Amino acid sequence: MQRMACSFPDEVLEHVFSFVQCDNDRNAISTVCKSWYKIERWSRRRVFVGNCYAISPDMVIRRFPDVRSIELKGKPHFADFNLVPDGWGGYVAPWISAMAAAYPWLEEIRLKRMVITDENLELISKSFKNFKVLVLSSCEGFSTDGLAAIAANCRNLRELDLRESEVEDLSGHWLKHFPDDYTSLVSLNIACLGCEVSFSALERLVGRCPNLRTLRLNRAVPLDKLANLLRRAPQLVELGTGAYSSELRPDVFSNLSGAFSGCKELKSLSGFWDVVPGYLPAVYPICCRLTTLNLSYATIQSPDLIKLVGQCQNLQRLWVLDYIEDAGLDAVAASCKDLRELRVFPSDPYGPEPNVPLTEQGLVSISEGCSKLQSVLYFCRQMSNAALMTIARNRPNMTRFRLCIIEPGTPDYLTLQPLDVGFGAIVEHCKDLQRLSLSGLLTDLVFEYIGTYAKKLEMLSVAFAGESDLGLHHVLSGCEKLRKLEIRDCPFGDKALLANAAKLETMRSLWMSSCSVTFGACKLLGQKMPRLNVEVIDERGTPDSRPESCPIDKLYIYRTVAGSRFDMPGFVWTIDEDSAMRLS
Amino acid sequence: MERSLNYGGTDDLILEATELRLGLPGSDGHEKQSPATANHVMRNNKRAAPQGMSEEPRFKRISNESDIASNGDPDCEPPAKAQVVGWPPIRSYRRNSFQQKKSTDQDDGAGMYVKVSMDGAPYLRKVDLKFYKSYPDLLKALENMFKFAVGEYSEREGYNGSDFAPTYEDKDGDWMLVGDVPWDMFVSSCKRLRIMKGSEARGLGCL
Repeated sequence: MQRMACSFPDEVLEHVFSFVQCDNDRNAISTVCKSWYKIERWSRRRVFVGNCYAISPDMVIRRFPDVRSIELKGKPHFADFNLVPDGWGGYVAPWISAMAAAYPWLEEIRLKRMVITDENLELISKSFKNFKVLVLSSCEGFSTDGLAAIAANCRNLRELDLRESEVEDLSGHWLKHFPDDYTSLVSLNIACLGCEVSFSALERLVGRCPNLRTLRLNRAVPLDKLANLLRRAPQLVELGTGAYSSELRPDVFSNLSGAFSGCKELKSLSGFWDVVPGYLPAVYPICCRLTTLNLSYATIQSPDLIKLVGQCQNLQRLWVLDYIEDAGLDAVAASCKDLRELRVFPSDPYGPEPNVPLTEQGLVSISEGCSKLQSVLYFCRQMSNAALMTIARNRPNMTRFRLCIIEPGTPDYLTLQPLDVGFGAIVEHCKDLQRLSLSGLLTDLVFEYIGTYAKKLEMLSVAFAGESDLGLHHVLSGCEKLRKLEIRDCPFGDKALLANAAKLETMRSLWMSSCSVTFGACKLLGQKMPRLNVEVIDERGTPDSRPESCPIDKLYIYRTVAGSRFDMPGFVWTIDEDSAMRLS
Repeated sequence: MERSLNYGGTDDLILEATELRLGLPGSDGHEKQSPATANHVMRNNKRAAPQGMSEEPRFKRISNESDIASNGDPDCEPPAKAQVVGWPPIRSYRRNSFQQKKSTDQDDGAGMYVKVSMDGAPYLRKVDLKFYKSYPDLLKALENMFKFAVGEYSEREGYNGSDFAPTYEDKDGDWMLVGDVPWDMFVSSCKRLRIMKGSEARGLGCL
């Protein structure tokens, strides 16, 4: 049997392997025998590195010599909320340099929470002749000059997606750098750009790219220019408008409405900054085809939202501000029977009082009316255990549940009890739950429930919760599939961390800030676990200047085969095996 | 599997708690009334726009801005809470996009330039609202800029005796007649100006 398997020519095996794309399956293939390992590594085309510091570029290149698509993630998730100081790291430069030399046929680069400079962008644009896809999600460090280099040099570019990155806007002229004979654009997302792009260049670009299916404009593109763009690209599948406001004029309205009607393939809408409600009916003709609607910047009131969403019977994903109110969510529950994902963002997150009648009730309605609901992100100001239990029983198919009760430590508003049993019901009923974010008043009990029931949980976010190390211990010892754990402002200390040190090597990363972990425990962990990087982030100065029992500010622990990193800033301390505290 | 976890509460409490209601919490009386209804009553004095948009009851949010609302004595508003870093967990770009909206309303000392369009004119102009002290000041400047005359303003009839009517777009996106609200309130809520001409303008005078 074995001889038969080895007698297949390599090309045949390679062809068979090409049908296997999933990383886990390819990893399994590579462990069958040396021959399969060799063929598999030469034919792996796509690599995903969930933590750019878990491995070095050279190690990836040595293992997989002919990669065409790479995805890298840098900073921890809590960097999104300004908890990671500037300069912490996540620089893509060493990866680009190494790949420029090793992967001349690289086609796709996808980065998340990384720092990329104009020089890096220019190197990309000049090194990879067949470069097709650049996705920069929540990245920073570059300007529109870098984009100009990409536009000018990447003749085969299909996708340029700047998803929520921070871009230094030097000028809108970068768009003009796409050559006149460049026609291969498929997806352009510039929604995050602040300044005006050259509109005539944009119009010409859109007009000459027949395969354009995704166009996400930035706020600076005025509404009265939208109709012309749409008429040049009636094949669009995904559109992000610019500012959705203009003086109400019947001719502009009918022009816009006609342009929207002409887009027979349009399935996704976003943008809608500064909405003038009078222009919303312009999209009514296409509502029945929409599967994704992002109104999370649209400051319109519930009645207008209801009129709009009520026509979207095929909606699968809805992002909206809490202006939708409980009444609006009732309407969604009645109309949008195919809804899979709901995100409700707060319109006035820093206000001391509720500003809209949006409560737990809206979410309960959705859980009753939308049988396919899997993913929830919900900001609100009150919650009850009863509501959570109802939601859990209604929707055991939920896989992502993120609840943010805005005021930390808010109890069940009906009983004034902690919300432990409510979240307990969620983890007990939703057996496939992969991601969970907790909020409200919570004791160690909720963590006991999580450790007991959340067997498929991969990512957990905790804030202002728990009473003792027992809480952390329940999670680390019980959640078998846990990969990412992020904790802030909880009374968890050294004991649970040290008792579950081995667990940390099975996870991608652990973040703890404003907890009770001491520097002594960090040093111990760093010494005992060579395959973990234990990074102490403290802007108050060297932790050695304080007693070892003093709690550290922020802790980021991640598994790695690359050893300590070389680019740590002055406020990051790491501990290596010889028990000396090392400053980079 | 044996249920070792007690979801607690008395039967009565659970029964009441699971009773799904469409009303706001507190409608059974023992909780304080939501600020929503309180604010609903005190709205700005708004005139209907010429296009005939009906005034739908709108929910006006409580804001921390120097929003000179008709009900607002800024000193009476509860003090803004000291913000915890990174809480609530909202991403920077989302926070920034709200701030971007607010900053157009704030006094940053750099002048408050708003666009002015005139029906039939080939291009727009810009004026600095801070430069003027009162409505007559502003209107005279506009008259000079576009070579027209506004006619006489009265609260009841708007601008009488002219083919032109000055209007502005406020923060809510509504088109308002210039002159109805106190000057300071106008300056803080005006986003752009439009000088209407012809039948639309005359229509205002007849309201």
